[in-house]
Amino acid sequence: MTHRPIHELTDAYRRGDLTPTAAAEDYLARIGALDGKIGAYLTVVRDQALAAARESEARWSAGSPRGPLDGAPIAVKDVLCTAGVRTTCGSKMLERFVPPYDATTVERLRAAGAVILGKTNLDEFAMGSSTEHSAYHPTRNPWDLTRVPGGSSGGSAAAVAGGLAAGAYGSDTGGSIRQPAAFCGVVGMKPTYGRVSRYGLIALASSLDQIGPFAQDVTDAAHLLAAVAGHDPHDATSIEAPVPDYAAELPKGVAGLTLGMPDEYFPDGMDPEVERAVRAAIDVLKGLGAKIERVSLPTTPHALAAYYVILPAEASSNLARYDGVKYGLRVAGRDLIDMESRTRSAGFGAEVKRRIMLGTYVLSAGYYDAYYGKAQSVRTLVRREFAAAFAKVDLIVAPTTPNVPFKHGEKQDPLSMYLNDVFTIPGNLSGIPGVSVPCGFSAAGLPIGLQVLGRPLDEARVLRAAYAYEQATSWRSRRPELT
Amino acid sequence: MIERKDVEHVARLTRLALSDAELERMREQLNSILAHLDTLRAVPTEGVEPTSHAVDVVNVMRDDTEGQCLSQADALANAPDPRGDLFRVPRIIEE
Repeated sequence: MTHRPIHELTDAYRRGDLTPTAAAEDYLARIGALDGKIGAYLTVVRDQALAAARESEARWSAGSPRGPLDGAPIAVKDVLCTAGVRTTCGSKMLERFVPPYDATTVERLRAAGAVILGKTNLDEFAMGSSTEHSAYHPTRNPWDLTRVPGGSSGGSAAAVAGGLAAGAYGSDTGGSIRQPAAFCGVVGMKPTYGRVSRYGLIALASSLDQIGPFAQDVTDAAHLLAAVAGHDPHDATSIEAPVPDYAAELPKGVAGLTLGMPDEYFPDGMDPEVERAVRAAIDVLKGLGAKIERVSLPTTPHALAAYYVILPAEASSNLARYDGVKYGLRVAGRDLIDMESRTRSAGFGAEVKRRIMLGTYVLSAGYYDAYYGKAQSVRTLVRREFAAAFAKVDLIVAPTTPNVPFKHGEKQDPLSMYLNDVFTIPGNLSGIPGVSVPCGFSAAGLPIGLQVLGRPLDEARVLRAAYAYEQATSWRSRRPELT
Repeated sequence: MIERKDVEHVARLTRLALSDAELERMREQLNSILAHLDTLRAVPTEGVEPTSHAVDVVNVMRDDTEGQCLSQADALANAPDPRGDLFRVPRIIEE
């Protein structure tokens, strides 16, 4: 029953062919058998999952399930606080941190009856694009164990791709949902900034971070998003706007929609297999009645540099809280400053230190305007160009990544790792929603993702186009072989 | 180009105690990354307002009402060195 989307599981619960307990047991058994190879999880909460499944089972047998996620076995990235369950953020700094409260996303999932199986692996503090830089262990791509699953939400993506969770949640600051979704051949969505509450999400870059789902298909993604979206008084940046019935909008199709193809997302030198698959996917959408128009987003090549000023700046400030006093690691020192310095040096890995240093440097006296101020102005240009494009087109279609999953250890130079997110970063800088949906495989059998971007709060239309494409193709019937 | 003394200065600001080898590698890597970030200079941004936040939400107000908050025990539960009702830290001021 693993590899069945959530909506099929709940159909089976309704018919009485399957119980949430049996589904949870099946997933837990598969995790036990296979996760040693994949490394998708940092923590599995077996007893809690089975208890939640039994409660769900009682609701289904009483004919009163709470909704489309009741009894759904799902995984949560270990960056979202779970009351009573350790939340490490992939860092030694938080190895023993047990949050006293649930993130709003987790609270809403529990209220929806979802069965949380465990917490998934990530690059430390969500800084990375490969899930190689977790302080605990790397995660492997279920399609090819020698390759990375993408990152930073690589554990969530690999769990869904490998049949170790029916759905999952991650966070996307520069592509950390969409890029691993593309690399693992699953659906991954970053909603509009502010669509999902960030309360209880361990902060990386507060003006960019957004929580979103991983799913086996677009229908599940619609349900997983709807369950957690909406205003939250605990997050002042969450948007007060009604949450549409995303799943109900899916069948409306793309006929009559205009899709923009940005020239800058098909640069010279991109992987020809990715380019071919994405162009073919856009042809499929055209065949379904969409109008395709070329658009230009000329600041795209500079978005990466702007992002690598803004992100480290915000991260260096957010991570200042890890000082060995209120929670997290402490290493003893001769005075306060010595204790703090020893604690932070022992608790953070190399990439985290690098970004803290970079962020502090670009914010420091004499460099603030040249780097931070400049980057924020470039961010304005990126936003304006998207707004101008969306005045002409309904959606933008593009590759999610410029390449297929790379090998573990292949990208040693930090800058070459950063280049992975070149097509996803602009969506974060401008706050717009985007989804990655599987659109084929390379000759070597590695997944490729089509990215659909939309206007702020237009998740319904983004998902609609992804659904139309998914229904017209058969990629999701292919699964990695794991034994 | 940033020099070794700049790296040492930033490390002090960020409360990171870096070894000699770490400082040297950090200098090389930061220079390589900053060389890329310097390409931003080529983008004309005169008169372009900076964006600090992608969504236009301003001045979110709420009523000043009593609500639930963490108990003292919960707030101290993760502290590495709690004493009584307090977070303990190494001595800051000499006697």
